[in-house]
Amino acid sequence: MFNESIGKQSKPVKNLVERGAVKKFALAIGDPHPIFIDEEKGRQSRYGTNIAPPTFPRVFDFGAIEGLDLPNKGLIHGEQKYHYNRPLRAGEEITCYTEVRDYYEKKGKQGEMGFLALKNYGTDANGEIVFTAEQLVIINETIKRMVMSK
Amino acid sequence: MTTLTELHIGDSLHSIELGPVTRLDLIKYAGASGDFNPIHTIDEEAKNAGLPGIIAHGMWTMGNLAKIFSNLYEIGYIEEYKIRFKGMVFLNDVITLQADLKEKKEDKYYFNVAAINQSGKEAISGEVIFRTY
Repeated sequence: MFNESIGKQSKPVKNLVERGAVKKFALAIGDPHPIFIDEEKGRQSRYGTNIAPPTFPRVFDFGAIEGLDLPNKGLIHGEQKYHYNRPLRAGEEITCYTEVRDYYEKKGKQGEMGFLALKNYGTDANGEIVFTAEQLVIINETIKRMVMSK
Repeated sequence: MTTLTELHIGDSLHSIELGPVTRLDLIKYAGASGDFNPIHTIDEEAKNAGLPGIIAHGMWTMGNLAKIFSNLYEIGYIEEYKIRFKGMVFLNDVITLQADLKEKKEDKYYFNVAAINQSGKEAISGEVIFRTY
């Protein structure tokens, strides 16, 4: 079922870079820098508004990929890579979607492990890509069997 | 406002030592990020998953590590941030955040970055490309 998902994309979802959510997120990663949370400092900055920390897209909804139903437990996050063309600005709307880039299996200590490569995209009001976020998810045998049997 | 342009290859940005990891840190991150996988907040669920106790979200550690660069947003931004998750972070671990300049090319500064625990083991490590305006 993972192999069949390669190349599939989710339906794009609109996400707001909400000021309060940015502040809560910055505080949760122990980074209450004024550029993220102080409205006045944001206005005076070169961005003219607050920006969001680089890992903020974690809060976005990237939509579901049809036929790919991942459990919320038991997955291992192996790698994560963000690429930005510019920082995210508080108050802007970002259209997000995700794509299955690859799936492969490798024999490891705990049996046959699955490796799922996903790529998330965020585009702005002009249709320009603001960021991409690639992640490698490792799926162990137990979870694999669980998902397959559904 | 910064000494970024004065950094030489091999120099480090100021490292940051975090306070011991608390359950509340992880509960807050769960709420702020929407990642409610219970192995990060509930002991019993962590034990059921074969862990000795709850572990930090990998993305919590990755989020923290980026703050080494937060003072620099007036002169540039993080163009690329790539991390490999290597070791687990447990409650009470003391994590140190590091960034070492490994290369400079025109407007791009390439840093090796890592979050290290109190035993000197890497929890996460990777690369940041900081691009100046």
